[in-house]
Amino acid sequence: MADGSIGLWTVPLAVLGGAIRVSTPFLFVSLGECITERSGRINLGLEGTLVMGAMSAYGISYLSGSPWLGVLAAGITGALLGALHAGICSLPRVNDVAVGIALMLFGTGLAFYLGKPLIEPTAPRLPAIDFGWWSDIPQVRAALRINVLFLIGVALAPILYWAFRTTRWGLLIRTAGESSDAARAMGHSVLLIRLRATMVGGFLAGIGGSFLSLFYPGSWNEGLSSGQGITAVALVIFARWDPLLCLWASLAFGGAAALGPALQSVGVTSGYHLFNAAPYILTLAIMIITCSPKRTLTGAPAELSITR
Amino acid sequence: MTTEAADSTEAVGAVAPAADPGFLQRYGGTIEYVLIPGAALVGALAVFGIFVAMFGKNPLDLYFYMYYGAFGTWFSWQNTLTRAAPLILTALCTALPAQLGMVIIGGEGALLIGALSATSAALALQGMPPFIIQTAMVCAGVIGGGLWIMLSGGLRQYRGVNETISSLLLVYIGLAILNHLVEGAMRDPASLNKPSTREIGAANMIGSIPGTDVHWGLVFGLIAAIASYILIYHTVFGFAARVAGGNIRAAKIVGLGVSKLILTVCFLAGGAAGLAGMVEVAAVQGRTNANLAAGYGFTGILVAFLARQNPLAIIPVAILLGGISASGGLLQRRLGLPDASVQVLQGIIFVFVLASDALYGRIGFLKGKS
Repeated sequence: MADGSIGLWTVPLAVLGGAIRVSTPFLFVSLGECITERSGRINLGLEGTLVMGAMSAYGISYLSGSPWLGVLAAGITGALLGALHAGICSLPRVNDVAVGIALMLFGTGLAFYLGKPLIEPTAPRLPAIDFGWWSDIPQVRAALRINVLFLIGVALAPILYWAFRTTRWGLLIRTAGESSDAARAMGHSVLLIRLRATMVGGFLAGIGGSFLSLFYPGSWNEGLSSGQGITAVALVIFARWDPLLCLWASLAFGGAAALGPALQSVGVTSGYHLFNAAPYILTLAIMIITCSPKRTLTGAPAELSITR
Repeated sequence: MTTEAADSTEAVGAVAPAADPGFLQRYGGTIEYVLIPGAALVGALAVFGIFVAMFGKNPLDLYFYMYYGAFGTWFSWQNTLTRAAPLILTALCTALPAQLGMVIIGGEGALLIGALSATSAALALQGMPPFIIQTAMVCAGVIGGGLWIMLSGGLRQYRGVNETISSLLLVYIGLAILNHLVEGAMRDPASLNKPSTREIGAANMIGSIPGTDVHWGLVFGLIAAIASYILIYHTVFGFAARVAGGNIRAAKIVGLGVSKLILTVCFLAGGAAGLAGMVEVAAVQGRTNANLAAGYGFTGILVAFLARQNPLAIIPVAILLGGISASGGLLQRRLGLPDASVQVLQGIIFVFVLASDALYGRIGFLKGKS
């Protein structure tokens, strides 16, 4: 047996595969949140958006037979939730953190409500590209079965990095995030910029959700997301609002999240739940190390309420 | 019924201005705090009615069964009050730090850790008189939950880590610790399908208030809410906390120990949620298992925001929200709504309540202009 011959190498291989597979939702949510936060607003509701995206993608894929329509539906659902968040936050004296918490509860509740009939049926999944054809070892092949969404996400990170620096839209978003007065003085509506930034952020987070239900783990149930959305929001802070760092951080988190199942596959079952909590512990540890009470974080948009 | 209660408050607002403008100058603000959340609640119920109507259910049936399942009979009242007890305590976990301007949403984690600590204390002291075991469970629950949220507060104060995110991450870490211990070191070998700890023993349960099926946890909740109210509005400590919450720099300039304030308030907040966990173990479950993660911590956030972070207002709001969740079973059986419908309604209420924040100070007749 091949898996006998590679022995404990299963663990790093599974972690590598996990880094690629599990990181995709982290990547999309963190890139989306990056855009929203750069415009000076934080959307904690992306956890709800992720679950709603997963549910709507699965539903549309099941009804239409096309998983790609499902991905699109997930994106649109996410954008609508983003518009709701931005709409409520545009009202005077409304706290964006609290609205995010409300939409987190609302999004997950609505997804469970509407998704009740979807637990049974099987929907068409997204295809994967086999990058491991050169290897005879099944674990290597499994680790390198890569979804197109992951590649899109990887491509999106440098594009966003470039867009923030050089395009008109990137500059507008950053202006709104650094000084709303400056944006207003230039004759732009800060609320409109933030509305668009939150909608794009929601769109990406919804697509991240579609990956959960249509590729990995690849089914719809109520335990699908347990905090990936909120971890990704924390990850943006750790990545210093830099899309390229978001990519590396997502890969690291995907690897951490794959550690529990990987160890279980080689027979290390004690501490399974603790290993499953690895991404949350890692997030907390990184925030403890990188934050400081004495200075604002480098790269933090000045208008962001959460960094103070 | 919920809508009736809100309607009657609106009636008060509508009648009062003609009667006495001076009355409004004095109490306009207070009326506002009842009227606006009440209107938000009615709006949310209306939207939820439209939502279920889209699925072919009659909204009037919905409102009737919600009222009936929450407050219609003595049985449903008892069910409602039983659910309100942990909600009062978990709401305090958000409302107390809010006085300092902190947004803590990790009540669920403190509840789980409190339940685990209380169960450990009870199992360690088996054989002692019930009174001692129960006292030890209360202490362990409060300390366990308190330290859990104090960790968030400390990280905020000493490391600048955002407390909203850290407290939520601690929920998932707390759940992992609970599952780890319940399926490992603390597992009762007899619990096959649902891994659980050993039972704390029927004699050590805290039991019901005489003449009812409502457990003593409700009294714990009421005492905690009233004590919090006195602490915040009628003590020097509470005044200092509110000063620090209003303007942190002013508080430092007048020499308040902000670190100590933050740590103490977070400990009390987490202690309240930990007590909720202890109550769930000692009055309902009798043991610790994954059933404890029933979402009381998350509903508590909504209760705190709906009560505008006021510890006394938390009591009626917790009863109202306890009623909504108590009616969930009836909605499932009679109307065939999914069990998540309560969660959807809670989400809609939350959104409406936050959006209604924009209305304060804008309702003309409440300003008391003659």
